[in-house]
Amino acid sequence: MAETGSNQAPEAGAFFQRDRQWHPPALTPNYKSSVLRSPQKALLSFDNTLSELTGPVFGHAMLGELDNDLIHNFARPGESAIGERIIVHGRVLDERGKGVPGVLLEFWQANAGGRYRHKKDGYLAPLDPNFGGCGRTITGEDGGYAFRTVRPGPYPWPNGPNDWRPAHIHFSVFGHGFAQRLITQMYFEGDPLIWRCPIVGGIPNKVAVEALIAALDMQSTIPMDALAYKFDIVLRGRRSTLFENRPEGN
Amino acid sequence: MTQSPDRLKESPSQTAGPYVHIGLTPNFCGIGGVYASDFGATMVQDLTKGERIELRIRVLDGTGTPLKDALVEIWQADAEGLYNSPAEMRGGADPTFQGWGRQPTDMETGVCLFRTIKPGRVPFRDGRLMAPHITLWIVARGINVGLNTRLYFSDEEKANAEDPILARIEHRLRVPTLIAERQGSTYVFDIHLQGEKETVFFDS
Repeated sequence: MAETGSNQAPEAGAFFQRDRQWHPPALTPNYKSSVLRSPQKALLSFDNTLSELTGPVFGHAMLGELDNDLIHNFARPGESAIGERIIVHGRVLDERGKGVPGVLLEFWQANAGGRYRHKKDGYLAPLDPNFGGCGRTITGEDGGYAFRTVRPGPYPWPNGPNDWRPAHIHFSVFGHGFAQRLITQMYFEGDPLIWRCPIVGGIPNKVAVEALIAALDMQSTIPMDALAYKFDIVLRGRRSTLFENRPEGN
Repeated sequence: MTQSPDRLKESPSQTAGPYVHIGLTPNFCGIGGVYASDFGATMVQDLTKGERIELRIRVLDGTGTPLKDALVEIWQADAEGLYNSPAEMRGGADPTFQGWGRQPTDMETGVCLFRTIKPGRVPFRDGRLMAPHITLWIVARGINVGLNTRLYFSDEEKANAEDPILARIEHRLRVPTLIAERQGSTYVFDIHLQGEKETVFFDS
């Protein structure tokens, strides 16, 4: 059995089904790339099998010392990335409100000017020689995580004739089962571009959009160094196994 | 007013976007020196038990054009049919096999290659054995919620015929969309996101 990094007994109940009215649908025509990349046939539903209930484990030993410090992990010795220095922190919870410990969280973003370090990004804003844009960490016993970075800039993209992404950080999250796998984006409190964005606008429910907006968190700032934003992520929860017959023994 | 069952809502998904490589395969896209290696790039070690196979996967859009900016993750059991996961209660999986892999589609050809082992059979909820399969998760620009599907093997006809998930597919013409074609030690699998040959995707 793989290491959990936790002394709690592993859980093996099936996950709550995904509320697909809450997530964006596959086809959101205002986000043009979705038009040819969205399935048109119905999804095949079935209750989780072991293939969905299980998932990979990542150990703390797999991480480097600066993996959660984007200000320094690509910078030359003694230098640091340019931009508004921020701490992003929060907890990974499940739908029951329980912290999800020991899970891999990966994040990526543009630099302070809205430019990605990627050969397909041709935006004229310059690269920052001290900023790569990737980071990762593993949640603690209570599901908590934190990383340090610079606040990304908004950037234009070829969708509508004048579409700009709000400032955002991409998040990739593992849970304990592969069925919990999630990629999302974090936005920043007060950004007026959020409500104009066709990618955000694919989410049908305003309350769901608000769940992706991180609040400024003055309590967690470092005076004279960095502001802080708090961003909690919720993954699918596991069903309690009330009266459930589980012949395969999980 | 009735009482509320009081659950949090899952964080809504958003697309991985065109620059997903920066975060998930930085070495692949030329961001060196941050991570020693990209997670999931190598799945098999010398001591790993099982038959070595290669998966040659493409993801095609509604016009039949291969995506050159997709990212595919796979999750599978070991050669004995055990998952390397704390939620695996049936015994210890091969410690030299994590069972998880991650590969981008090639930026020129759209081909995505995994070197892995052929998985053993895993029981369904009622104890019947499922056919050998690999679980896939696909993200890309234009995909708002990661897509789940499975890869089954063309040389497992008998097992496929009794697989409880494949049996759930009402339109039998669509079953072959989940079966990878064996060519030597390689299995070729095209995932069609949309249209006539659309792959069966799961909500599970």
